[in-house]
Amino acid sequence: MSDKPEKHGRLSVFKTYKLYVGGKFPRSESGRVYEVTASSAADAAGKGDWLANAPLASRKDARDAVVAARKAFGGWSGATAYNRGQVLYRVAEMLEGRREQYVREVAQAEGLSRARAADQVDAAIDRWVWYAGWTDKIAQVVGGGNPVAGPFFNLSSPEPTGVVAVLAPQESSFLGLVSVLAPVIATGNTAVVIASERSPLPALSLGEVLATSDVPGGVVNILSGRTAEIAAPLAAHRDVNAIDLAGADEALAKELEIAAADNLKRVLRPQPVDDWTAMPGIERMTAFLETKTVWHPTGALGASGSSY
Amino acid sequence: MPTTAPHALSDVTASDATLRRFLHGLPGVDTVGLEARAASLGTRSIKTTAKAYAIDLAISMVDLTTLEGADTPGKVRALGAKAVRPDPSDRTAPSTAAVCVYPDMVAAAKEAVAGSGVKVASVATAFPAGRAPLAVKLADVREAVAAGADEIDMVIDRGAFLAGNYRKVYDEITAVKEACGTSARLKVIFETGELSTYDNIRRASWLGMLAGADFIKTSTGKVAVNATPANTLLMLEAVRDFRAQTGVQIGVKPAGGIRTSKDALKFLVLVNETAGEDWLDNHWFRFGASSLLNDLLMQRQKLATGRYSGPDYVTVD
Amino acid sequence: MAPVFEYAPAPESRAVVDIAPSYGLFIDGEFTEAADGKVFKTLSPATEEVLSEVAEATEADVDRAVAAARRAFEKWSALPGSERAKYLFRIARIIQERSRELAVLETLDNGKPIRETRDADLPLVAAHFFYYAGWADKLDHAGFGRRTTEGHSGANPRPLGVAGQVIPWNFPLLMLAWKIAPALATGNTVVLKPAETTPLSALFFADICRQAGLPKGVVNILTGDGRAGAALVAHPDVDKVAFTGSTAVGKQIARTVAGTDKKLTLELGGKGANIVFDDAPVDQAVEGIVTGIFFNQGQVCCAGSRLLVQESIHDELLDSLKRRLATLRLGDPLDKNTDIGAINSAEQLARITALAEQGEAEGAVRWSPACELPSDGYWFAPTLFTGVTQAHTIARDEIFGPVLSVLTFRTPDEAVAKANNTPYGLSAGIWTEKGSRILAVANKLRAGVIWSNTFNKFDPTSPFGGYKESGFGREGGRHGLEAYLDV
Repeated sequence: MSDKPEKHGRLSVFKTYKLYVGGKFPRSESGRVYEVTASSAADAAGKGDWLANAPLASRKDARDAVVAARKAFGGWSGATAYNRGQVLYRVAEMLEGRREQYVREVAQAEGLSRARAADQVDAAIDRWVWYAGWTDKIAQVVGGGNPVAGPFFNLSSPEPTGVVAVLAPQESSFLGLVSVLAPVIATGNTAVVIASERSPLPALSLGEVLATSDVPGGVVNILSGRTAEIAAPLAAHRDVNAIDLAGADEALAKELEIAAADNLKRVLRPQPVDDWTAMPGIERMTAFLETKTVWHPTGALGASGSSY
Repeated sequence: MPTTAPHALSDVTASDATLRRFLHGLPGVDTVGLEARAASLGTRSIKTTAKAYAIDLAISMVDLTTLEGADTPGKVRALGAKAVRPDPSDRTAPSTAAVCVYPDMVAAAKEAVAGSGVKVASVATAFPAGRAPLAVKLADVREAVAAGADEIDMVIDRGAFLAGNYRKVYDEITAVKEACGTSARLKVIFETGELSTYDNIRRASWLGMLAGADFIKTSTGKVAVNATPANTLLMLEAVRDFRAQTGVQIGVKPAGGIRTSKDALKFLVLVNETAGEDWLDNHWFRFGASSLLNDLLMQRQKLATGRYSGPDYVTVD
Repeated sequence: MAPVFEYAPAPESRAVVDIAPSYGLFIDGEFTEAADGKVFKTLSPATEEVLSEVAEATEADVDRAVAAARRAFEKWSALPGSERAKYLFRIARIIQERSRELAVLETLDNGKPIRETRDADLPLVAAHFFYYAGWADKLDHAGFGRRTTEGHSGANPRPLGVAGQVIPWNFPLLMLAWKIAPALATGNTVVLKPAETTPLSALFFADICRQAGLPKGVVNILTGDGRAGAALVAHPDVDKVAFTGSTAVGKQIARTVAGTDKKLTLELGGKGANIVFDDAPVDQAVEGIVTGIFFNQGQVCCAGSRLLVQESIHDELLDSLKRRLATLRLGDPLDKNTDIGAINSAEQLARITALAEQGEAEGAVRWSPACELPSDGYWFAPTLFTGVTQAHTIARDEIFGPVLSVLTFRTPDEAVAKANNTPYGLSAGIWTEKGSRILAVANKLRAGVIWSNTFNKFDPTSPFGGYKESGFGREGGRHGLEAYLDV
């Protein structure tokens, strides 16, 4: 870390940042890392101080993450909505306890003042709370019963799409990340997240919180590295059901959307977000929800009648 | 009492428990699906030669019925004459299958149809409620048979059925069957409107067939819901399946509520497409009806003349 | 012994429909020739008789139609919802009035039985317009807010603009209704391309738009082949693309619109599992299996083309099913007693034939009831294959024809695993009398429409659409509005 040795001469302990896949913290199977440096307004080109070496995830890491996410999908989507809400709320609790760490990491990653970084972290924590409350309400808001013209009854309910690849926003390394990740998993999807390429450290640290927040292993998998390099195999992967292109530029987004057509992934195109602290709508949840309509005959209680 | 079930299924009739196990193990009936199928068959269109054939077939399947407190020998004689020669203006019109009367009218009916081939059917077993001691019911049957009834239309004990006393219902049917002797065919009326559910109708059908019914019949005509396309379809499925399993063919008689030729033809379509053409014969399928006959005759006249007929051109009895 | 009870032919009269010898494109409220004057013939698949000649749209015609729709959009979207509603109600009523004519027309052009066009297609078409007519002035109650920079404002959602819609030949007028009714209700204007083999009912619909007094350019109909469809979805001034058809074409369209702002909904293929448990209401299940795969000659994206039957009742169920299939009546689609009509085209017949042959070649056992096929036209006997496993091509590929693949399972888990073992995810059926099993199995199935103890039921209030490679977006119900709103 960039923290200087303390005044009494004690050497601080650096953290080795690792990927978060299947509930474990592996290094990249490639064995490669890349340098992550501090950002500041004056130094937007990314020539800041060295912060850490982040894993440079490979195609194989992406593949492993998809396997982990698929494995976790049955349990997570099958958990009760109430349970998912409890787990998401637990994430907020754990983050609150490590607030200072995230404020520091976000300030360094995004070149923000401590106060502004704290605003971002607080908003991110509050966002987990907001989505925690949504888990057992979204079905009531977007589902419902349909008045069929005939002796039938049916119910339309939302169901998670499956494994969602998420390209986290490049600029907002933490609040942006939480804002795209929480809605994906709130509804029961599992996620493979590509962290902000130049500021991946808050995302990688989030893995540590998720691992201790009752989020089952594999529900969230976090990769760092070159976004375009990792995203390409994810967009083409046939066991990925959807992709959020928030962190892709226009050219990459088009390329990935074309690749995603191969198995008709649900694609959420990048949309300009001026202010990640603004109240989100439910679109980031509904983008990764399927509607299932189940029909049942009703008819009469008895053999009462004739139709002619 | 020895069981009369003449087939491999006889062991299921040993007790209430074995009967329950068997009857409740029959496939369930989905109300909506059954009624939709019946309605869909009702949209079959029958034209020209097929229609003429179907109308004559329907006439030949009618159990021309009078079951009133006010029945008299005179009324029954008139009914018999009509059954033998339904259309006095056209001798090619076939006779009906039978006349159906109360036991005390059997003798009069027998006389009225003598030598015609038209059968005499008698309701019995304390028709229509069936609420009488077994001895009384059996006496009712024996009287009718002694008076010459060719067919007995008994009612089951719906109370016993609904209470789950399947063995009691079974025993009554076998006792009545025995009372019918070898000369009378037995029609077993379930009063489907009182059994209320299609699952019950399927179970009653199998119970009746196991007990030796020659015909299974929907209704007495005395309650709110009588024969419907759906309950008749269901009973046709039962006789079809029973024959497939045992080799024994059983007849079906929808009764009550079938008033028009159009309705009757729809029932024949149900027979044709469910049980099959083996049942398209008055030995195996009957209509329990009274006003239906005149409508069939008017349709028959229309086909013959090309003009619509009217009630003044058919006989009122 | 009675003579055989036979139904005499009962053909619906063709006289109720008057098909012109030729039709133009319907652009900006007028019928017009294609830019290069080209035409193509449309046939009756039951007889191969030429019904009419229709214009073949080119890219220039797509330009004209999109421009007309764009011009019409401003006024149409600005109309009060209550006024748009009244146009749609008018259309619904006119469809009801002309339903016999349209049913006969559809049967002639498509080859499906009159029993289906009369009892299913047309009533559903009218109902769909009625349903969405009522939404037009209630969109602010539909639960969709408009996205603004302040977040979610809850203000009235806005239409997208010009919708380019491409529909298939299996339910020509019904698919038109599924596309046009919600698009117009939400204030969009449309350019619709019907399928090449079934253009006529859409052209009659154009006439209905005129009778209803719909403003010019709000609905434009372009007849033509896949090239016109491709030009339409690729057109830069189209804001919304809606497609129903094959998964292969759906993927191509998804690639075409990649990187644009076009909103896309796709309703594609399927390989629906119809799961029959040992406690099923057997007679109704047999009907449901028949409806599932032989309705519309099996040319239905949500067909129950895989029968998954519990092994313990396999033989018994197959006996019942075969007995039932023997009563199906194949022949003249205009005969009111016909259950199975013609296959829509020579091309489709060839595909069905090839896949059925492959089923045999891979060792599945083929069976059809005794069934005489007419000498002219495109016909395929109702067919079932037993001894099919998940590894057979006929258990994996969508056949889109009257061909049922029968597989077995031993436990509910196995049934679900096999049902879900497909890239598709459109429909499924569950047959059991046990209520809790219905709910448990329905919960596990990855399909957008699940019918328990029934099959192939449709209703305008009820969302329809697939999971996975069966497409995305929903048509029908409140959900169906979303595809046409900027939300």
